[in-house]
Amino acid sequence: MNKKIAVKVDDLTVAYNYKPVLWDIDLEIPEGVLMAIVGPNGAGKSTLIKSILGILKPIAGSISIYGKPYIKQRKLVAYVPQKGSVDWDFPTTALDVVLMGTYGSLGWIKRPRQKEKKAALEALEKVGMLSLKNRQISQLSGGQQQRIFLARALVQNASIYFMDEPFQGVDATTEIAIINILKELRKAGKTVIVVHHDLQTVPEYFDWVTFLNVKKIATGPVKDIFNDENLTKTYGINYKVSIQE
Amino acid sequence: MDLQEYISLVFSDYTLRTITFGTAILGAVTGMLGSFAVLRKESLLGDAISHAALPGIAIAFLITGIKDGNVLLIGALISGLIGTFWIRGIVAKTHLKSDTALGLILSLFFGFGMLLLTFIQKQPDANQAGLDKYLFGQAATLVESDVWMMTISTGVCLFILMLFWKEFKLLLFDKDYTKTLGFNTQLIDILITTFIVLAIVLGLQTVGVVLMSAMLLAPAAAARQWTNSLATMVFLAALFGALSGVFGTAISASQNNLSTGPIIVLVASVFVMFSFVFSPSRGLLFKQLRFIKNRRDLELHKTLAFMFHIAENHKNISHPHAIKILNNFQGYTRKTLQKLVKKNYVTLHGNMWSLTDEGFKTASNLYNQQSRHE
Repeated sequence: MNKKIAVKVDDLTVAYNYKPVLWDIDLEIPEGVLMAIVGPNGAGKSTLIKSILGILKPIAGSISIYGKPYIKQRKLVAYVPQKGSVDWDFPTTALDVVLMGTYGSLGWIKRPRQKEKKAALEALEKVGMLSLKNRQISQLSGGQQQRIFLARALVQNASIYFMDEPFQGVDATTEIAIINILKELRKAGKTVIVVHHDLQTVPEYFDWVTFLNVKKIATGPVKDIFNDENLTKTYGINYKVSIQE
Repeated sequence: MDLQEYISLVFSDYTLRTITFGTAILGAVTGMLGSFAVLRKESLLGDAISHAALPGIAIAFLITGIKDGNVLLIGALISGLIGTFWIRGIVAKTHLKSDTALGLILSLFFGFGMLLLTFIQKQPDANQAGLDKYLFGQAATLVESDVWMMTISTGVCLFILMLFWKEFKLLLFDKDYTKTLGFNTQLIDILITTFIVLAIVLGLQTVGVVLMSAMLLAPAAAARQWTNSLATMVFLAALFGALSGVFGTAISASQNNLSTGPIIVLVASVFVMFSFVFSPSRGLLFKQLRFIKNRRDLELHKTLAFMFHIAENHKNISHPHAIKILNNFQGYTRKTLQKLVKKNYVTLHGNMWSLTDEGFKTASNLYNQQSRHE
């Protein structure tokens, strides 16, 4: 493979208390893939991306984004947290949340101006939410909230996107809209890493996959490694998934 | 004393003026910062901080031997901060949840503070009396320098708030995301917390340890009911807080022997109750009204849909049917039928009803919408 490595994880170990959540993870994510991270509950999927993003401090190991630590490359990276991680009753509007995506490039103190606002409106349009831009965020449906989060990441105009279960609790229309945007990002040469739950849709949505269950089970192209053997290793039971040809 | 007389007295009488301005500024700054505490779901933190400040007051007195307000405030500030960061430490480092940590620190510091107060009272020193006024506060002891102190602190607080507005908002909404954007969340956290502690400590002399947390929460809780914008919420909370101070002082000044602190808190609670009931979007009253209206509409729609079903099977949609057949339908009441007639969806001829064209059209739209949702 002659592609550049976008994200490299070496010997990563993370623990909240005593029990490790991630154990000795080595992972290379090539540039330009649309990758799913799959594994059972408590496998450390969210923990893995939070560690890569510097939200959690690992016990051991190192992480690099295009060869440098996260903090130096943060402008290349955008993050879509789990929808449930914030309080949607917070007093703010859809547009305001999307504008938050510009805060990183603005830095301390500087306020968003016309240019940032224009970018935010464009992102809202991309996710089909422009008409709801002034809506209070608690009055949005689950799918709409997820689109807002996606728009906030799109505004960051990054090279690598990390998304924590973007399809959780969204309607079918939103799921299709989101996956289309993700595929567009890949087409534009971006790297997209998604924590994903629905194994049925993995072959249809993604071209790369990482199996995770505290340890890394396997990583590679979906067509080569998305098979019953790896699924059984990851989920512990005799797993059969019917892959649609 | 009528209103005009009172207002002129506020500007002419030194004591009344000092107390009015003092409580107004105090209400504004606690309301402003209280919005942050409420949105961070740290409502109880205020209670813990104010109780944690008590031993600081006592120790400051024991060390310096003077009862100067500002010296005691510094003591309160230090012990309030220690208590707060201790709570944070417990939550971060142990399995204990924040309510347990808050309760622990609150009672530990308060108990220690009370112990020191009784110790001080046993001292053979004429100067010792009056420290216990910090328990329930005594607005009458406010002097001009206290008000200046509050004004300057509020000014600094407002300046920092406006300077880091964007960062504060981001942190309040989504802490993890704030971190990924490269902001030092710990620094923002410490800034917010320190200002909350400062606001509480400033109010101890006036409102007291026991009631102080109400000053932090009540204006913010009331303000949240009226707006969906953070800036407006902070502004309204400051306004409600200031008004609580002004009205509270007025009531206590016009009624002899009523202490100011509790009345300010009661006035703030009136703001809360009024807001909870009468806010147009979130208030209980309008919520209930909307609920009733929706129910009625739904009843109407259900009946209309039922009629549509029957009418659909006939070539002529205006074919009359006996009212009797509606009796088997659950959503039907005579009242809904009358309403449908009033809306011109249905016409009545004796015991027979028939759909109008308009009714048929509305019902078919309704029906399509319902089935699309399923």
